Amino acid sequence: MEHTVKAVDDQLNAMTRDLAAMGDLAVAQVRAAIDVFLRHDLTAAAKVVRGDDALDLQDADIERRAVRFIALHQPMADDLRRPIAAMKIAMQLERCGDLAKNIAKRVGRMDAPADADQAEPVAGLGRLAAERLSSVVDAYRASDAQGAYNVWVRDTEIDELHEKVLAGLIEAMARESRALGDFAHLLFIAKNLERIGDHATNIAELVHYQITGADLADRPKL
Amino acid sequence: MNAATQLRSPAVSTPLPLAIPGAIPGTTDAQIRAQVSDLNFWYGKFQALHGVSMPIHDRQVTAIIGPSGCGKSTLLRCFNRIHDLYLGVRYEGAIELMPDRLNLVGKAVDPILVRLMVGMVFQKPNPFPKSIFENVASGLYVRGIRNKGEVEGRVEHALKQAAIWDEVSDRLKKPAYELSGGQQQRLCIARALAPEPKLLLLDEPTSALDPIATAKIESLIDDLAEQVTIVIVTHNMGQAARISDHTAFMHLGKLVEFGETEQIFTSPQAEQTRDYVTGRYG
Repeated sequence: MEHTVKAVDDQLNAMTRDLAAMGDLAVAQVRAAIDVFLRHDLTAAAKVVRGDDALDLQDADIERRAVRFIALHQPMADDLRRPIAAMKIAMQLERCGDLAKNIAKRVGRMDAPADADQAEPVAGLGRLAAERLSSVVDAYRASDAQGAYNVWVRDTEIDELHEKVLAGLIEAMARESRALGDFAHLLFIAKNLERIGDHATNIAELVHYQITGADLADRPKL
Repeated sequence: MNAATQLRSPAVSTPLPLAIPGAIPGTTDAQIRAQVSDLNFWYGKFQALHGVSMPIHDRQVTAIIGPSGCGKSTLLRCFNRIHDLYLGVRYEGAIELMPDRLNLVGKAVDPILVRLMVGMVFQKPNPFPKSIFENVASGLYVRGIRNKGEVEGRVEHALKQAAIWDEVSDRLKKPAYELSGGQQQRLCIARALAPEPKLLLLDEPTSALDPIATAKIESLIDDLAEQVTIVIVTHNMGQAARISDHTAFMHLGKLVEFGETEQIFTSPQAEQTRDYVTGRYG
């Protein structure tokens, strides 16, 4: 049912639309960072770093609008949950952007491109994290609680893959003479990608809460 | 007509008990002070309440919300039998006052006794055209309490409970009409508290007040809830959310949803409740 005050629906819908667009940008930044890493493209890396500014601005904008909405309309029930969830989701997306930027910066600091047999598993982890982030942004846009739950319940897959990637890198560190600094960057990049998966899961919880008003139980842990 | 006016019954000539006979003092927060059970109410042939059942938790604030004409004020006025002032009204079901399960709407129960146990404050401040002191003392006189020292002590206590003592202690003999609207309403609350009611009913007590006076009343309700069980009808949903522990949402004379206030205002279960609290009703 439409709100008696049209501005309430208008402002909430605009917030949802713009936050979903911010989500698309965060997904694009993560995918671009993975691509930069695989291709060791320093020019593209600089673009990813610059691209993060837009996410910071959008996060601040969503927060400002949510606070203003709550102050002016004193919303209840799902009208209250929507701006609260929007603020928190924007913060999670902004953190994903920071992690993507960090990956791009690390590419620039590596002495040489990673070998394919080490880079590919890390990129695979990144593709999985980006896919989960994309799915949860879609669930948010479509107000799809089941879609959010599907992302949430599969969080351990990213954790398991991360553990596997770490084990492979540690093995490679033991047998290769390559500079340890580059391996450290690879470990941090893998950790960043795993953290992006965690943020996707956090967003899934927020989307589920926004739609149903109920918290998801403690997520399965490795 | 004011409930307190009704208390001026010539039939009451001896002090009435301050406590319900057989009542067990010292109930805990978890206990139920009153239980509404399958309550139906008619104004003549019009049925205004349909099978309402809900608990009233002891020393907590219960808010009743709903659109105009939903029956919330009708329900509130059943608690002190104020409907009995009009011809052709009829109750079915029960409002049992715990722990002795006295049915407040029972035919055999004297409405005057009910009103001594259930105080009420209305939308618009309605002090009597008397002094501040006499306003608060009036309920005590009805009880037959005439001892000067006891009356003075109880008046002071009630004015302190209503957080207005500091503002009126030096002008108790002045007319109540000299007070501001917010002060008059707190005086009315003091008047309702003086006879030490088991329940305090508030019917939109701040709708005629400015935001500062409203805030003072809300703060007062918060403090009073530690001492007395409060049922409040309000159109201000922010107020219901701020001051109540439990909320009942009514529509067309029926109780749609009852629950903890936090749940009603953040995750209502019924679609009608959700539409109302978010402003989508209508």
